[in-house]
Amino acid sequence: MSAEPKTPPMISVQDLWKSFGDNQVLTGIDLDIEEGSTCVILGGSGSGKTVLIKHMIGLLKPDRGKVFVDGEDIVPMDDRDLERVRRKFGMVFQGAALFDSMTVYENVSFALREHSELSEDEIRAKVREKLGVVGLQNVEERYPAELSGGMRKRVGLARAIVLDPKIVLYDEPTTGLDPITTDYVDDMIVTAQSKLQVTSVVISHDIASSFKVADKVAFLFKGKIVAQGPPQELRHNPHPELQHFLQMWFEKGE
Amino acid sequence: MTTSDLESSPKRNPLVGLVEGVGNGVLGVFQTVGGLVSLAVSVAVWTVRPPFRLQNLFAQFDFVGVGSIVLVALTGTFSGMVFATQSWSAFELFGAESLVGPTVALTVTRELAPVFSALMVTMRACSAMCTELGTMRVTEQVDALETMAVNPVQYLLVPRVLAGLCMVPLLTMIFDTAGLFGGFFVAVPLKGLSVGTFVLRTQNLLAPADIWEGLAKGAVFGFTVTLIACYRGYNAHGGAKGVGQATTRAMVDAAMAVFIEDYFMGLLFHP
Repeated sequence: MSAEPKTPPMISVQDLWKSFGDNQVLTGIDLDIEEGSTCVILGGSGSGKTVLIKHMIGLLKPDRGKVFVDGEDIVPMDDRDLERVRRKFGMVFQGAALFDSMTVYENVSFALREHSELSEDEIRAKVREKLGVVGLQNVEERYPAELSGGMRKRVGLARAIVLDPKIVLYDEPTTGLDPITTDYVDDMIVTAQSKLQVTSVVISHDIASSFKVADKVAFLFKGKIVAQGPPQELRHNPHPELQHFLQMWFEKGE
Repeated sequence: MTTSDLESSPKRNPLVGLVEGVGNGVLGVFQTVGGLVSLAVSVAVWTVRPPFRLQNLFAQFDFVGVGSIVLVALTGTFSGMVFATQSWSAFELFGAESLVGPTVALTVTRELAPVFSALMVTMRACSAMCTELGTMRVTEQVDALETMAVNPVQYLLVPRVLAGLCMVPLLTMIFDTAGLFGGFFVAVPLKGLSVGTFVLRTQNLLAPADIWEGLAKGAVFGFTVTLIACYRGYNAHGGAKGVGQATTRAMVDAAMAVFIEDYFMGLLFHP
């Protein structure tokens, strides 16, 4: 167990509840994510992972509870304040969610055009730099449909980090990818982390990936975080559902 | 068979089912209309808020307006010709052929031009709009915009709805011109009415108010059909199938809305 941190957590979720109609999705989530760390929220399908991450960025409002981002409670904020807070985030979507009517260059430069006064040369330099961080070159003029799944994820990350966010959210980054591409995306997350020193939040059901990239894993089950800690600690956590979840992978993988 | 199965079997009062069905239908209509009104308000608010993205706006003007010119001109010409042919054969019975000109002119400017222009825009532009927005929604591109602190209503919907509002009246003017030309072509060269009679009669009976009526209708229809297409596309869910369903509903709703609004706007202008 780590000692009490001196700096406040970058993201702090406190007693978060959310339901859709009769369906209770989140039932009292408590989670702190330290600045500069990578936290993986692990859980099966329908455990509420995506709903949780959407609360962190203010796309959904909770029924009850608080979400602090960089020291501010974002729950009572209106659209304008939320837009300001969202600039601290970059998000990498499951299917990359690149704008398919735009080239890679236009995708990555999009936020710069919207939120900065940079000249075209400065924008070009910045796009080059960010594509360099994710290990891509000579793809600027291609359209998303012409890229492989792994490359699209990388462009998605380049687009997410172009405004130098403090936090990068990854929504199921390795779902639906083959093992080699999965490895490639894991490396991308680790490399981006070490190069940019951002706080990363990854939601995933991929145990192998989670253990590879995480400083901390939080296991979400039926709308609650039932176990959390560094990956190696979690492996020995006695919680039955967690063990069941882990077992399936260790049986399959080792 | 369990007891609950028995209870829901044919013995159930058919009247209850009927009332339920009608009730759900009415609720659905209210829900859609409510959703449209709230989206319209949101579009209006985001229209007047900076930043103004003129490039997006002109791209939509081009797509909705310029792209529909040929289609509307052709539809207009043939509508005018059809109307002239039919009214000629009726007026011929009591020797009132000279009224073909004003009849075509009034029908085209007041009714046919705005209605058909809006329907053409619905078919050509709104279907594409709805599919595009729906695809962006289900592939999370709309969420991506939002996480990049760009309001999707402002970025995507405002230029589209404004294009409908501004371009359909302009297309209505083109339809007016083409329709009159079609009517003239049938009445004068084909049927042998004199140019003077056609022009003079039309000038006497067609007032600027008739043209304004058509343009006002065009603006209202243009706004409505693009708003409906945006609403359905923006709220699409459930993958490719969902996008298809959204587009079907958008087309049906938009076409119905045009005819319903047309009736009520007619009442407004001719109480």
